[in-house]
Amino acid sequence: MDLSAVIFIEILYAVASLIMISAGLAVVFGMMKVINLAHGEFMMMGGYTTITAVNLGVNVFVAMLIIAPLIVGLIGLVVERLVIRHLYGRLIDTMLATWGLSLFFIGIVTMIFGNTTTGISTPIPGFTVGNYQINGYNFFIILVAIALVILLYAVLKGTRAGLIARGTMQRPDMAASLGYSPDRIYMATFFCGSALSGLAGAVLAPLVGLVPTSGAAYIAKAFITVIAGGPSLIAGLVSSSTVFGIISQTFSFAVSPVMGEVALLVAAVVLLRLLPQGVTGKFFKGKL
Amino acid sequence: MQGSMSKDVMTTLVVSAALIWALPLMVSTYTLTILIIYGMLGLSLGLIWGFGGIICFGQAAYFGLGAYTYAIAAINFGESTIPMLLAVIVPAIFAALLGLMMFYGRLTDVYLGVITLVVMLILFKFINSTAGPQYVIGNARLGGYNGIPGFQTLNVPGDPSAYIWGDAYFYVCAVMLALVFILVSALLRSSFGRIAVGIRENETRMSLMGYDIRARKTILFSIGAAIAGLAGALFANWSEIVTPSLFSLRQSAEIIIWCIVGGFSNRVGPIFGAAGLAYIKILLGQQSMVDNTLIMGIILVVFVLFLPKGLVPAVAELWNISFGRRKRGASRSGRRVRNRGKANG
Repeated sequence: MDLSAVIFIEILYAVASLIMISAGLAVVFGMMKVINLAHGEFMMMGGYTTITAVNLGVNVFVAMLIIAPLIVGLIGLVVERLVIRHLYGRLIDTMLATWGLSLFFIGIVTMIFGNTTTGISTPIPGFTVGNYQINGYNFFIILVAIALVILLYAVLKGTRAGLIARGTMQRPDMAASLGYSPDRIYMATFFCGSALSGLAGAVLAPLVGLVPTSGAAYIAKAFITVIAGGPSLIAGLVSSSTVFGIISQTFSFAVSPVMGEVALLVAAVVLLRLLPQGVTGKFFKGKL
Repeated sequence: MQGSMSKDVMTTLVVSAALIWALPLMVSTYTLTILIIYGMLGLSLGLIWGFGGIICFGQAAYFGLGAYTYAIAAINFGESTIPMLLAVIVPAIFAALLGLMMFYGRLTDVYLGVITLVVMLILFKFINSTAGPQYVIGNARLGGYNGIPGFQTLNVPGDPSAYIWGDAYFYVCAVMLALVFILVSALLRSSFGRIAVGIRENETRMSLMGYDIRARKTILFSIGAAIAGLAGALFANWSEIVTPSLFSLRQSAEIIIWCIVGGFSNRVGPIFGAAGLAYIKILLGQQSMVDNTLIMGIILVVFVLFLPKGLVPAVAELWNISFGRRKRGASRSGRRVRNRGKANG
C-alpha cells in the first residue's frame, strides 16, 4: 500500500516535471510554430537567477516564482527582437539560430559563473509514508504544474488577450486585418514562453546541481514532448507529458533510471511512427 | 554527362593533390588528420541534408557507431581490415533499418529531426550505462563512460604488426576523403542523385512520376551513414580511444554548424566548413579569455541570419559577379534560395 502510494506520487511528479519542462517550449511552438532550441538554456538561466537572488538574501519563493520568470522573459524579449523575428516562418532556420543562441548562453554563463556546480537546498522538508521517505518538494512541483496548466487554459480561454492570441495562432493574416499586429503578439508570446521556461528552470533548480550545460538535459525531453504532443497547445502538452511520464517512471522503478530514460525515448519514436502529427493530430482535434 | 564527370574527377584529383602537398607545410599533419576526418563527417551530412532534404539532427550517431564498431571489432580480430569494413557496413545497416521505419511511416520535416535526435540520445544513454563487466562483445568491454581504449589501430592489410600512423596516416585519410568525394560526385551525377535532388525539391511530384521515394530516401540516408561511419572509424584510429561523447548532442550540433557555415547543397561547402571551424576551434582552445562555445554560438547565429546559404556558395556567387562570364543559367543559380542549390553539384 505504502509502496503503491509512493509510486503513484512519483509518477505524478514525473508527469508534472515534464509539463514544467515543456510548457515554455509548447507555448512558443503552439503559437508561433517556432522551435526554440535555446529553451534548455533559458531554464538554466532561470536556475542561476534564482540561486543568485537567494544568495543576495531574497526569499526563495519570490526568487523562483517572480524574479526568475521576469528576468528570463526579458532575456527572451531581447532575443526575439534581435534574432528570431527575422526568421518567422522558417522552421529549420529558427531551430538552427536558437541552437546557436544556446551555445552562446552556455558560453556567457560559463564566463560569469564558471564551470562549477552550484545549487540551493530544497525549501520544503521531506516526510515519510510508512517506511518510505518522500521529498516534500515534489508536491510543490506537482502543484505548480497543475496551477500552470489551469492558468494557461484560463488565460487563453477566458481573457481578451487569450482570444487575440488564439486568433493569431489560427490566422495571423486575419488578425492583422482586424487591427492586431502579429508582430507585437508574437513578441508578447515569446516573452511569456521564455518566462515559463525561466519559471521551470527556477522551480527545478533546487533538485539539481546547476552547471552552465544543464540545459542540454532538458531540451531533448522538452522538444520530444512538444513535438509528440502535436498541434494543440494544452491538450498536447498534458497528454504527451502523461504518456511519457508514466512510461519513463514505470521503467525507472521496474528496471533502472537509465532504462526509464531510454524507455521514454523509445516511446517517443514509436509514438511518432504511429501518430506522425503528434497525439493531438489524431485525438482531441481542434481542442486547445 | 560522361565528359563532365571525368573532368570532375580530374579537378578533384589535382586540387586534392595540391592540398595534400601544400597543407602539411603550414599545419601539423596530426591536426590536419582530424580536420580531414571532420570534413568527411561534414560531407556525409551535406549529402543527405543538402541533396536529399533529409533533416538529420543525429548524424553523430553514425559517426559514433562507426568508431565503436571499429574499436570493438579491432579488439576481437586483432587487425584492422575487417573492422574498417564493418565500421562502414554496420552504421549503413543501422541507418537503413531506421530509414525503413521513418520513411515508410512517411515522416518528414521536423519529425525526422526529432527521431534522428532521439535515436542518437538512446545510443548515448545506452553506451554511457555500460560500465559494468557484463557488457562485453567478444573480448571487448564497452566501458561505459570511460570508453574503449587500447585497440589495434590501422595496419597494412594482411600484416597486423605494420601500423600506419603519423604522416602516413594523414595521407591515408586524405586519399580516403578524395575517394569519398569522387564517389559522392559520381552518385550525384547518376540518375539516382538527380532523382534524390528532385525528391528534395518536390516529393509529391516525384512520387507521382512513379519513383519510390521511400526506398530512395532510405538508400541515400544509409549511404550518408556509411560515410559518417567511415569517418568514425578513422577518428577512432586517430584518437586511439572511443568515448560516448562521440554520440553527444554537442557533436551533432557541431556537424550541423559546419554544414551551415560551409553551405549545404554543394559538395565542398561542408568539407571546408568542417575543417575551417574545427581549426578555428583548435586555435581558440589555446586561449582562455573568451569561452569557446560562445564564439561557435555567435558564428552560427550570424550565419543563419546573414548568410543562410553558407560561405562557399556566397564566395562562388561573389566570384561569378566579379569575374564570371555571364552564361545563361549561371545567373539563375545565384538567385536560388537555400536548400535548392545547384542540382548538379
